[in-house]
Amino acid sequence: MAHIITPNPELEGLEVHGMTRGSFILRGALAAGSVYGLGAVTPFVSSALAQEDTSDVDILNFALTLEYLESAFYKKAMDLKLSGLAKSYAKSFGNAEDEHVRALLATIKQLGGKPAAKPMFTFPMNDQKSFLKLAQTLEDTGVGAYNGAGPSIKNKDVLAAAGSIVQVEARHAAAIRILNGMEPAPDAFDKPLDVETVTKAITPLIKQ
Amino acid sequence: MPTQVPHDHEAPQSPGALDRIADDPHSRKRFLSMAGVGAAGALSVFLAACGDDDKKTTSTAATTATTKTTSTSADNKSDLEIVQYALTLEYLEAQFYKDVVASGLFSGGDLDEIKLLGSQEQDHVDALTATVKQLGGTPVAAPMTKFPLDDAKSVLKLAATVENLGAAAYLGQAPRIKSAEILAAALSIHSVEGRHAAALNTLIGESPTPDGPFAKPADMATVLAAVKPFIVS
Repeated sequence: MAHIITPNPELEGLEVHGMTRGSFILRGALAAGSVYGLGAVTPFVSSALAQEDTSDVDILNFALTLEYLESAFYKKAMDLKLSGLAKSYAKSFGNAEDEHVRALLATIKQLGGKPAAKPMFTFPMNDQKSFLKLAQTLEDTGVGAYNGAGPSIKNKDVLAAAGSIVQVEARHAAAIRILNGMEPAPDAFDKPLDVETVTKAITPLIKQ
Repeated sequence: MPTQVPHDHEAPQSPGALDRIADDPHSRKRFLSMAGVGAAGALSVFLAACGDDDKKTTSTAATTATTKTTSTSADNKSDLEIVQYALTLEYLEAQFYKDVVASGLFSGGDLDEIKLLGSQEQDHVDALTATVKQLGGTPVAAPMTKFPLDDAKSVLKLAATVENLGAAAYLGQAPRIKSAEILAAALSIHSVEGRHAAALNTLIGESPTPDGPFAKPADMATVLAAVKPFIVS
């Protein structure tokens, strides 16, 4: 990660015990907090602070929060009047996100970590069109988030699991993009996203 | 893993010739049945270029390093072998799409889509070639290939098979990559191969996520055995 994030001065007084200040997640969350205010990024900061110096657990908790988000999103979408592939995707992709949540929870516990709490979410969608639009954003963001975090993962088994999940997120993204009339693979290389960017993107969807 | 998406032939994304695709598991099954046969021939294609007869290429995730170590020449050699392998696969994919374009089987929007897929594979070839050089290696030569291009339907099925295999190949190698930079590059290609595979799967009426919630990796021996029939030695 070449991207060094400097939190703004008002956050520098934050007391951090038993925690590497340079922690992957904490860095990004604090940087996003400098934009949204610390309260907005509490789910990330508290989960990062709950960990000792175990950055794989930090990353897994970051992924868990994203998967909680996606899982809640597809569940909410089932309340909408969807049809055709949009409907079947909402169901099957939602099931996949549930499985990802389960797998991440198990892995975090296996590593002796404490799973992040599930936030409450709010989704600006009311029909198939707005569902598909937000689905594309969330899935593309998920791909970038996993790709961005991947090289920081230390445990090879965790990396293999993350790889297996991100490929499925990419497949979801491609299928949704096609329904939106977009190119399934807009670029030859999927751009990795850092925690700051991802946190900024999803914070508006977290209920304060 | 109850996540199979039902076939839906009203898919709004199926344009032109792609609408004519009917269920024909033939080419996929034939292709997959090739997995498991000896891979020595295809292996030699890139191992020759690596100047390396070491065949311990099938152990995935054997290393469980808990700390990032500084790059060693052994790590460098191991990464080089993986990048050469990826380059061979990308050469094969790029050539496949070139041949498909030249076949005249597709036109209009279908042809544009195939050209785009091909140009992205060529971008991967270029990036991996540069990476090999950066690692101090000599890029492997493009393999001589030959693909069965009989009709649009079977070609799309073959394209889906090749892309799914490519995605599985990257997934199989990711945990073996030592350099964080090379891993980052491989991941950014891996998910694009996954996107291609999903797109082609939906075009032939199959689920975009055939493995369910977790994509399955494939090791080098399996992948090379599967592509061997398309490599002219």
